[in-house]
Amino acid sequence: MLQSIQDYFRQLAETNPSWNFIYIYDPVQTARVLDGLWMTIILSVVCVILSVVIGVVGALLQGSPRRWVRSVVQGYIQFFRNTPPLIQLLFFYFALGQFTPSYSPDGWLEVPIISNVGWAIISLSFFAGAFNVEIFRSGIEAVPESTKEASESLGMNRLQTYIYVVLPLAFRVSLPSLNNNLVNLVKTTTQAIVIAVPELLYQLVSIYNDYSTAQNACMVLMFLVYIVLVGILVLGMNRWERGMRIPGYGA
Amino acid sequence: MAESKWTPKEPMVSAKDVHKSFGDLEVLKGVSMDVMKGDCVCVIGPSGSGKSTYIRCINALNPIDSGSIEVEGQEVNDPHLDKLELRKKVGMVFQQYNLFPHKTALENIMMAPMRVLKEPKDEVETRARELIKKVRLEGKEDSFPGELSGGQQQRVAIARSLAMRPDVMLFDEVTAALDPETVKEVLVTIRDLAEEGMTCILVTHEMGFAREVANHIYFTDRGVIVEHGPPKTFFTKAKDPRTKEFLSQIL
Repeated sequence: MLQSIQDYFRQLAETNPSWNFIYIYDPVQTARVLDGLWMTIILSVVCVILSVVIGVVGALLQGSPRRWVRSVVQGYIQFFRNTPPLIQLLFFYFALGQFTPSYSPDGWLEVPIISNVGWAIISLSFFAGAFNVEIFRSGIEAVPESTKEASESLGMNRLQTYIYVVLPLAFRVSLPSLNNNLVNLVKTTTQAIVIAVPELLYQLVSIYNDYSTAQNACMVLMFLVYIVLVGILVLGMNRWERGMRIPGYGA
Repeated sequence: MAESKWTPKEPMVSAKDVHKSFGDLEVLKGVSMDVMKGDCVCVIGPSGSGKSTYIRCINALNPIDSGSIEVEGQEVNDPHLDKLELRKKVGMVFQQYNLFPHKTALENIMMAPMRVLKEPKDEVETRARELIKKVRLEGKEDSFPGELSGGQQQRVAIARSLAMRPDVMLFDEVTAALDPETVKEVLVTIRDLAEEGMTCILVTHEMGFAREVANHIYFTDRGVIVEHGPPKTFFTKAKDPRTKEFLSQIL
């Protein structure tokens, strides 16, 4: 079965040189694609989780009574929201990367403590996190003052009111916008190619640099993979949204 | 906090010369009132007369500018006020119910005793089910606020407040947002409470209820108490022209 599929595509590449699906019949290229896919998935999952954590913490800090704390959060948001993620990646890896300490695992080669993958995770998480802060803040602000008052009149302190009343409600309000931002984040992971993170785009570009006839086939695969990846994310988020829906509340 | 020296012979809630301003607007211009244990007091008056502000001051939702409010001997006008201690004694029900929309009726009632008083769950649940019965909402335990009518939500709100076993209950225009038909079911619940000896302070426009259930009525206008007395004399022998005018408009 697999053999005949591979034969078919090998045939296709010979008769139709612009459609060389080399990653289907050449196991070396298949491995490169799978490595890239795995890296893309790791980048996406880790960055999604970190960016949500950054968003929640940032939104809480933004409600701080201390002015300087709010200013720091605001500064962070402005910086990451108003500059292109591509430049952020380059800046983190090439500029900040110079100043991080390095170590020598084999006593020979000096390796920086934070690898390019590490920088990509940091940079992309903070990029998406900046948007998440704003998303969660708008959710928190959507919780009516009167609901918080009811909670406080029952003797709950500010923290308890936050944990048990404000956040659960704010989170539900935030989910649709969060959904959008996380979709964007997953797509932005492709930009990690500029600091040579071996994710899917990096691997596929390498393949068609080696085998120029594979270019079209590589692009097709790129689209397909992202349609499926983002599709899974959206499906999960929608299911989550439905699960969190409160009967009789909101739309 | 110092032990309370309060005895049931003294007023349970004692307000003396309470002043409160919002910006330039002085809403309370020296309000004084004594409420004894077991009293049911109605505060009536035209809109904007400061009556809601006043009862919100009693549980420190609005801090007062000067004067004194003592609840069972605890001074509310105190920068080091132990709000938790105060709010354990004072329950409050709002015009807009302000239930927690993401919690079922039962969970709404159970939240504060579990989180604030740290009482064991099954004990709280037993009490919550009894309270549901008391406000005549059997079968609605697992309904969310959005699935309940206004009158039902308001009764859950009353039960939620009672679950903290307060000594005095504040009702802030609790029937103002309800249909005429559902007003009664809420008033009956409050009447039952008053008859059981719960100390109640109501801000209300329900003159029939005030006449029937209250043992003392206060008429406020423009931030002062114009006239007060037991319902019998208040409704028939009002002396102040402003009281007479108000009563003639609504009776």
